[in-house]
Amino acid sequence: MLAWTIYLSFIGAALVALVPSEKAVLARITALATAVLGFIVTLLAIAQGQATATLRDVVSVPWISAIGANYHLAADGISITLLLLTGIAAIAGVLFSWNVTRRVNQFFALYLTLIGGVYGVFLSFDLFLLFVFYEIAIIPKYFLIAIWGSTNKEYGAMKLALYSFVGSAMVMIGLIAAYVLAGAKTFDLIQLAQHPFAHSFQHWAFPLVFVGFAILAGLWPFHTWAPTGHVAAPTAASMLLAGVVMKLGAYGALRVAMTLFPDGLNAWRDEIGLLAVIGILYGAGVALVQKDFKFVIGYSSVSHMGFVLLGMMTLSVVGLSGAVLQMFSHGIIAGLLFAVVGRMVYDRAHTRELTALETMNLSRALPFAAVTFVLASVASMGLPGFSGFVAELQVLLGAWKVFPVYTVLAGIGILVGVAYTLRVLVKAFFGGVTPALNPGEKGHALAAITIPERIGAVMLLATTLLIGVYPRLLLDLIRPSFDSPLMQTLWKGTGQ
Amino acid sequence: MNVDYGQIFLGLLPETIVVVTAFIALAVDLLFLREAPNRERFGFALLVVALGCIAAIVSLAQTSPPLRLLDGMLVLDGTARFIKQVILVLTIITAVTSLESNFTKHIGEYFALLLLAAIGMMLLVSSDNLLLIFVALELTSLPLYVLTAFNKSSVQSSEAALKYFLFGSMSAAFTLFGLSLLYGISNEITLGGIAAKLGGKLEPIFYVALVTTVIGFAFKIAAAPFHLWAPDAYQGAPTPVAAFIASGSKVASFFVLARIMMAGFAGTEGSAAWREILPGWVPLLAALAIASMVLGNIAAIAQSSVKRLLAYSAIAHAGYALLAILSNTQQAFGSLLYYVVTYAITALGAFAVVGVVENASNGEALRDFAGLSRRAPVLSFCMLVFVLSLAGIPPLAGFFGKFYVFTAAARSGTSLGLLWLVIAAIATSAISLYYYLQVLKQVYVVSAADNASPIRASWPVQISIVLLAIAVIALGCAPDLLLQKFTALQTFAGL
Repeated sequence: MLAWTIYLSFIGAALVALVPSEKAVLARITALATAVLGFIVTLLAIAQGQATATLRDVVSVPWISAIGANYHLAADGISITLLLLTGIAAIAGVLFSWNVTRRVNQFFALYLTLIGGVYGVFLSFDLFLLFVFYEIAIIPKYFLIAIWGSTNKEYGAMKLALYSFVGSAMVMIGLIAAYVLAGAKTFDLIQLAQHPFAHSFQHWAFPLVFVGFAILAGLWPFHTWAPTGHVAAPTAASMLLAGVVMKLGAYGALRVAMTLFPDGLNAWRDEIGLLAVIGILYGAGVALVQKDFKFVIGYSSVSHMGFVLLGMMTLSVVGLSGAVLQMFSHGIIAGLLFAVVGRMVYDRAHTRELTALETMNLSRALPFAAVTFVLASVASMGLPGFSGFVAELQVLLGAWKVFPVYTVLAGIGILVGVAYTLRVLVKAFFGGVTPALNPGEKGHALAAITIPERIGAVMLLATTLLIGVYPRLLLDLIRPSFDSPLMQTLWKGTGQ
Repeated sequence: MNVDYGQIFLGLLPETIVVVTAFIALAVDLLFLREAPNRERFGFALLVVALGCIAAIVSLAQTSPPLRLLDGMLVLDGTARFIKQVILVLTIITAVTSLESNFTKHIGEYFALLLLAAIGMMLLVSSDNLLLIFVALELTSLPLYVLTAFNKSSVQSSEAALKYFLFGSMSAAFTLFGLSLLYGISNEITLGGIAAKLGGKLEPIFYVALVTTVIGFAFKIAAAPFHLWAPDAYQGAPTPVAAFIASGSKVASFFVLARIMMAGFAGTEGSAAWREILPGWVPLLAALAIASMVLGNIAAIAQSSVKRLLAYSAIAHAGYALLAILSNTQQAFGSLLYYVVTYAITALGAFAVVGVVENASNGEALRDFAGLSRRAPVLSFCMLVFVLSLAGIPPLAGFFGKFYVFTAAARSGTSLGLLWLVIAAIATSAISLYYYLQVLKQVYVVSAADNASPIRASWPVQISIVLLAIAVIALGCAPDLLLQKFTALQTFAGL
């Protein structure tokens, strides 16, 4: 049943592509229906008990006999958490792109293709299949940014596409080498993970595959695509990039690189943990001095994804479930922040310069946007009651035992996070400077927040609050996932 | 020697059909249609060509046991039959896409030459005999030289043909020299016989034979550093001719090169494994492969003409195909066939779209593709499919082709010896996305000039382009469709 998340997205993409470009409303509704259906499928699968924390197959049929690739979809709690995230982000993305008017059909066709690829990655347990879906997601991103983007869009789009492609090339080298060494019979993740690869091989294959995936997760110093890409992208694409696509990278690193090469993981654990902490601090520090509203959020994504990577390196159930929860939480919160910046503010004020926004007194002009952003900032800072708090706390708890110094540094990163969030909040919305505006001039002329925007914002806020108040909803899915034989290989290298 | 002429005739039936078709097309056009309007003459000749080729394809479809006639002059097994069918299909589509371009009044001659080249390719893939291989190679090349010059109103076309001809005859000289040395050393003229006589003994004169043979073929397949003719020939030649050089002729040349290397030079492989390089043909091809992948992909970045860009991309793809040959396993041979067949389909499709655009806007520079998605949505989508397949994006055929070649290469030898070549291939292919996206950027992102009107291709052209795109998608999603053909087929003796 979960497989329908993929099929529905691709069918939806094809249908939207066939809608005549003049019929914008029809295209939007088709896209929305597709996104909602995908989410409902996931919920139904959970309700019917088909989707639980334990790993179970969805589909498994032979595909390409020549290389032993199977069409093998399966899901455990980690996959389901990320499917839920994709579903919510997809719906919100459509709602916040309601105002796209140029080539609407193509916009949503590419958008849904991207979503389909993302669902595919989260469900694939055959590495060849996973790789196929992973690369399917690259091309729509390029077009979404290059056609509908803003600020330096062609540069940002090309940079993102090339970074992704280089990352997947690194992954491909590692996959082919692992496949051949394991006897060249299967690409099945579970079977390959049982193969004892030589330590010397793991020592170079692990960083190759891990970094290949982690490029997309914004691992410092390979994160530079993220701010430029996020800023250049149209709102829905930024939301998906930060909300979902960065998680693709983290998921691939966790699910593939770490389970296949546990010895390599153990050998490189400290170094990658260090990179993660540098990412947290660097992202936060750079966000502190940005002049462009969207760049602040772009760099904050790098910082928050650092927690995911740090959590993964703890190799403890607490830290790892914190990392997965952080993927979910950051997906929701970053989506919300980008929605406010890109859709609510930029589409109306036509500027993202903080100095310009300061003069507009947006808290008066766009009270809904201001309230949303305040709440989203609070969530982003990691205050209790929101999902970010639970996630980052777990990461830090897990990290404390193994990397005490890193934990302290990451804690400082949270403080810097508070600083840049407050700075941007004050500058953008509560500028204090109330210029004597003539009625009808900018500041008053901003269009009211539309209903789709309100629905989307409320939905995302409710999700982060719900998980913040009752994190067990997801943690009960995530934690037992680490008991499966596949995920148990993570501990192989540490000798625990 | 007891010669069974009946069997020879049966074995050569498809070629005979195509020869007769060529003459019919020529005669009818010269005798009856001289005064008719160009369009009608094109249509009629096309009909004849299509019918003839289809008849030949049908005659190839019969499953008879493998044939080996006249001491290997004519070898016919399932693989050769299948490749011949592929060549014929490519010929039909090339002929159809010629409908769009308006470069000649000599229509009968054009189609006759096209078919003659196809016959050369068909013979090329079904011979085990050095002499016949050489003759078939020339039979393929000569019509292609003439076809390249067929646009008489264009200086570029003549220049391209002259370059192609000079380089081509040079390469023929190299090939002939190498083959004659081989004969001299081994006193044998069939591939299997040569391999048996050589028995892996490597005398100095053998290296001369090996190097000259490889150089000759490297010209043919446009592998760097013997690629210099390709960009000019692709750009100057009429687009359908360029498409045929890039598709049909590539399939046949790679097939025969693989057989000469794998069967004829069996036992003299040497090794290209990392830090264990031993002299032989494998390291020689490895050098060509690396040079082609690096040079093709980097030079393509700087191109502003789409045909030249496709030419450099063809050079890069020659590098990947060479990687399959030098892996030198049964699986690698299968991966080579999958690769070149899907590449030929993709390249033919891309050139067909370029041809339509060229005809509509009198140019094939990148900027002529600006806003194509508005002017011709269906063609643009097909171009998207072709270009992404060339870049190796799943789920298109080009992706699986590359992936399969890479796995075959990584598997050959012991303990990942060729992995360094695979890494080089994957790294250069990551670069290639940049220039492929430059094309797609023009098509989808840049908006068209204000006076740009919709482009309409005639329906046969449109249909064949769409069919090619469907083939690229289908073969990419279900590679078994093609791969099962190769595994079910018998492979050549000596492989």
